[in-house]
Amino acid sequence: MNLSLTNVCKSFGRGSSAKLVLDNINFQVNSGEFVALVGSSGSGKSTVMRLIAGLDTPSSGSILMDGVPVKGPGPDRGMVFQRYSLYPWMTTADNVGFGMRLKGMAKPEVQERTNYFLNVVGLAYAADKLPKELSGGMQQRVAIARALAADPKVLLLDEPLGALDLQIRESMQEFLYQLWSRTGLTALLITHDLEEALLMAQRVHILASNPGRIVRTVEADLDRSNLSHLRVSPEFLSLREDLAQCLRGLSQELVTSS
Amino acid sequence: MKQSEGILQRLNRPWVLGLSGVLGVFVIWQFIAASGAVDDLFLPSPISVLSAGSEKAYSGLLFKDAMASIGRVLGGYALSMLVSLPLGIAMGTNRTINQLLEPLLGLIRYMPAPAFIPLLIIYFGLGELPKVLLIFIGTLFFNTLMIMDSVRFVPAELIEAARTLGGKGLPILTKVVAPFIAPQVIDAYRINMAAAWNLVIVAELVAANEGLGKRISLAQRFLKTDEIFAYLIVIGLIGLLIDLSFRVLLRRSCRWSI
Ligand SMILES: Nc1ncnc2c1ncn2[C@@H]1O[C@H](COP(=O)(O)OP(=O)(O)O)[C@@H](O)[C@H]1O
Ligand SMILES: [Mg+2]
Repeated sequence: MNLSLTNVCKSFGRGSSAKLVLDNINFQVNSGEFVALVGSSGSGKSTVMRLIAGLDTPSSGSILMDGVPVKGPGPDRGMVFQRYSLYPWMTTADNVGFGMRLKGMAKPEVQERTNYFLNVVGLAYAADKLPKELSGGMQQRVAIARALAADPKVLLLDEPLGALDLQIRESMQEFLYQLWSRTGLTALLITHDLEEALLMAQRVHILASNPGRIVRTVEADLDRSNLSHLRVSPEFLSLREDLAQCLRGLSQELVTSS
Repeated sequence: MKQSEGILQRLNRPWVLGLSGVLGVFVIWQFIAASGAVDDLFLPSPISVLSAGSEKAYSGLLFKDAMASIGRVLGGYALSMLVSLPLGIAMGTNRTINQLLEPLLGLIRYMPAPAFIPLLIIYFGLGELPKVLLIFIGTLFFNTLMIMDSVRFVPAELIEAARTLGGKGLPILTKVVAPFIAPQVIDAYRINMAAAWNLVIVAELVAANEGLGKRISLAQRFLKTDEIFAYLIVIGLIGLLIDLSFRVLLRRSCRWSI
């Protein structure tokens, strides 16, 4: 699997009111990688995701999945949204099975795979609950299971933990990382939280705002055998500080230029 | 109900309060009527209203008239529900259809339906058709516009999630949009049913051989105010029953939304 963005630009609006939101975005995601894109809010992160998911089209440049241009959404790119996107009238199990039912998969198979992915996200006990009966963290785990159950080649995570409390966030970071390392999936994570990105992703792109552009890319080769140790390790902290300075510089630049 | 519940808490239940309000009015009414301060012709006592009502009930006339009115409402309103659903969904999902029809419906909505009665009588005479049509046109636009609004407010994430899972077109309509709007559609039907029930009485006041409205206008001719009161109460009770059945339907079919 290879996902590649080449010279992707996106502007909204037409004529003199057109606003350039993404300027020349270039990056790739290969099989088994965990890549993160970090930027402040409004830098165009969700827009990048929507372009890759095929929910919107780039103004110029190309987005290729295994060499084939992305034309509209498809189950090869699973997406987990920033805001809760579960179907409120469906139970946990029905939500997870939704993509498979859309594909017309046979009932017993849907059931079997649903059970499997509920176990993967540790929610088998909540199979019959409605979304409103689940906590925020559980809901996002259901959303992840739903995306995974459709068997995507790459999982697109758009600030999946953005709406969660700090405590739950940390355990969900652990969960997401374990999920990735256990299942060998390919993931692209978008977040405004630098620590979150560095904890999980081997490659981190820093996105500057106005227009959104990649200003720095780091290969974060860290020992991730224990994330809570990693969080406080000197190596991690200095890398985080280095990138935080870069991000601070960007927002400084924004303040002085406006 | 818990045993330990105090009598005050028990009295505080909504339906107990509601019932007390109704009973209170009857008591005051009886008191005024018995005091002789108001002429019997203007304000018959609750007792004489009750006896007038039960007399009509025993003779079978009440049932026949009620069935005539209910039949007209069911015919016209069923047609209205049937047409407004696809129309509202089309207006809520398709921009062209929306821009074509919304100003038109917005205009017609403000034309009072009873004002169409003379036209309908000229076109279709005095039979059942003009009454059924009056109820149809008098509720169609409200139902359509409310359904359109409910479609418009389907969260974009819910539709986009389905698209990233491989859904498109009709399956999204039937599996995402329809279940999401179902509770709002049922509620719109419930609210506008009140208008349908009002309109049938208005139509019967103008021209009919039977029906609750017809009976009121006959009672007026013979100055039988006790009968008018009795019929008004029956009209209110039937309306309340219809309202309640829509509420039960909503509770039963859309448990997730309440
Ligand atoms: N559909 C749209 N039309 C116009 N402007 C948009 C649209 N979507 C996003 N934008 C603008 O693009 C910029 C980036 O938005 P977004 O990608 O949501 O940022 P992020 O996810 O990083 O917070 C914002 O300034 C936003 O106002
Ligand atoms: Mg965003």
